[in-house]
Amino acid sequence: MISVKNLSKSFGEFTAVNDLSFEVKAGDIVGFLGPNGAGKSTTMKMLTGFHTPTQGEVKVNGRRMSKNANRLQRDIGYLPEGAPAYSDMTTFQFLNFIADIRGLDKHEKRDRLKEVIDQVELHQVLDKTVDTLSKGFRRRLGLAQALVHNPQILILDEPTDGLDPNQKQHVRQLIKNLSKDKLVIISTHILEEVTAVCNRVIIIANGAMRFDGTPAELQQQSKYHQAVTIKLSYAADITGLLEIDGVADMEVDKQTGEVTLFPEPGKHILGPITEHVQHYRLPIDRLHVDDGRLEDVFANLTQEDA
Amino acid sequence: MNAIFVLARREFASFFATPIAYVFIAIFLILSGIFTFFMGDLYERGQADLQPFFSFHPWLYLFLVPAIAMRGWAEERRSGTIELLMTLPITVTQAVIGKFIAAWLVLLLALLLTFPVWLTVNYLGQPDNGIILTGYLGSWLMAGAFLAISLCMSALTKNQVIAFVLAIALCFLFVVAGSDLVLDAFTLWADNSVVDTVASFSFLQRFDALSKGVIALNDVVYFLLSTGFWLYACQIIIEQKKAA
Repeated sequence: MISVKNLSKSFGEFTAVNDLSFEVKAGDIVGFLGPNGAGKSTTMKMLTGFHTPTQGEVKVNGRRMSKNANRLQRDIGYLPEGAPAYSDMTTFQFLNFIADIRGLDKHEKRDRLKEVIDQVELHQVLDKTVDTLSKGFRRRLGLAQALVHNPQILILDEPTDGLDPNQKQHVRQLIKNLSKDKLVIISTHILEEVTAVCNRVIIIANGAMRFDGTPAELQQQSKYHQAVTIKLSYAADITGLLEIDGVADMEVDKQTGEVTLFPEPGKHILGPITEHVQHYRLPIDRLHVDDGRLEDVFANLTQEDA
Repeated sequence: MNAIFVLARREFASFFATPIAYVFIAIFLILSGIFTFFMGDLYERGQADLQPFFSFHPWLYLFLVPAIAMRGWAEERRSGTIELLMTLPITVTQAVIGKFIAAWLVLLLALLLTFPVWLTVNYLGQPDNGIILTGYLGSWLMAGAFLAISLCMSALTKNQVIAFVLAIALCFLFVVAGSDLVLDAFTLWADNSVVDTVASFSFLQRFDALSKGVIALNDVVYFLLSTGFWLYACQIIIEQKKAA
């Protein structure tokens, strides 16, 4: 369990993280979101004991990071920003070094190395030096390095950055499949990643907390949540749609001809709309219900004071 | 203890994974050969000892040790691996010592590879091998002090060139501390105890004694202490940068 209380970090005049408090429990897969420069990486650096907070405290499993860094770092796997690795070592040497320094004994080391190399599919680059690796492999090596000791807590700074879509999918699956009692925090720019992988979302902007909840709750904040969009084959009279019970507003996209109907809060409007459409025999090509558009919510949450 | 060993092994291997160690050792051997035989007049002196060989070591180290150490912390900082290193379950002290030992062993290796010079004097005459051994020990201890200073300077910056220049400047001060160049600056205004203290910091004079076969405990202790001091300073700098 990680608990963060009133965490702040300043670099000179600049405040990177401002009075952040939250708790993360085992089983949580937290998506840590925010615009560039929001303080995500700085927060992660404090969680892992690399940076000392200017104010406030990080506690891991009830112990203070400032006093027990070495003890706590054993339980943490960390992929730093940019997935740094020693460029003159080969992939295997590097993983071997990490396993040694983490104090894995011979058998444990052999088993774990085999497992992480399988998990992140590093077989073909084991004997290549790190500086010759592609961006994707480098990122995966960073991930492997964080997993070597099978840590209880995983903190991953942009684990899918630089991966191609297949690899992204693969890494997301990997994170999801980690055992259920682990605690995972990933930072990302990719909003779809959050709904795909995480069961909790924390959004920060300008170093301060903006949202803490489930991905579903985040989607509910969108005005598109439960909105119904229909596409008509040809122009037809749609004025009646606005009068349907529960429809609060209507938006017509002139370019695509799509009509979006927004519900009043808490109302489900799909049923009445389909009835209306059938009754008036409106020429419908397509109809779908939105879960909510995260880009929208994200922009609202992070640009409030911009 | 184990962590220090693992770290040192990695660092040591890294010196040989890149051409750094090879270039360093080759240049060290070539230069020490030139200095000994051409400038030190090893043959012409007609004495079976390694005095000419050792007397150039401080000046060789002055440039070569900062060169091998400048990468030490600066590169970790530049490439971001310092974040990886500092979030592994090791202490800063272990990391500092591990890095130091690795580079110090490279220096030892370079020193040991000068054995042909030792063979030469043994072939030509009957030198006092005890004195030579003391000289080697002194040289390695002095190299350690240079190394600690250079690593400390490397921890200050992510720029290797700056680390190199700072290290040379600081090492130079310690080399010449006992010379008139430095002491004259003090004699004008300070009393003798200050001047003596400054002079006692001199690497040159302490090494001179050792290379002549005089193992005075205070010279050995001096080098060990200054090594320890600069490594400690290095650790403090790294800790400070975490909090900055």
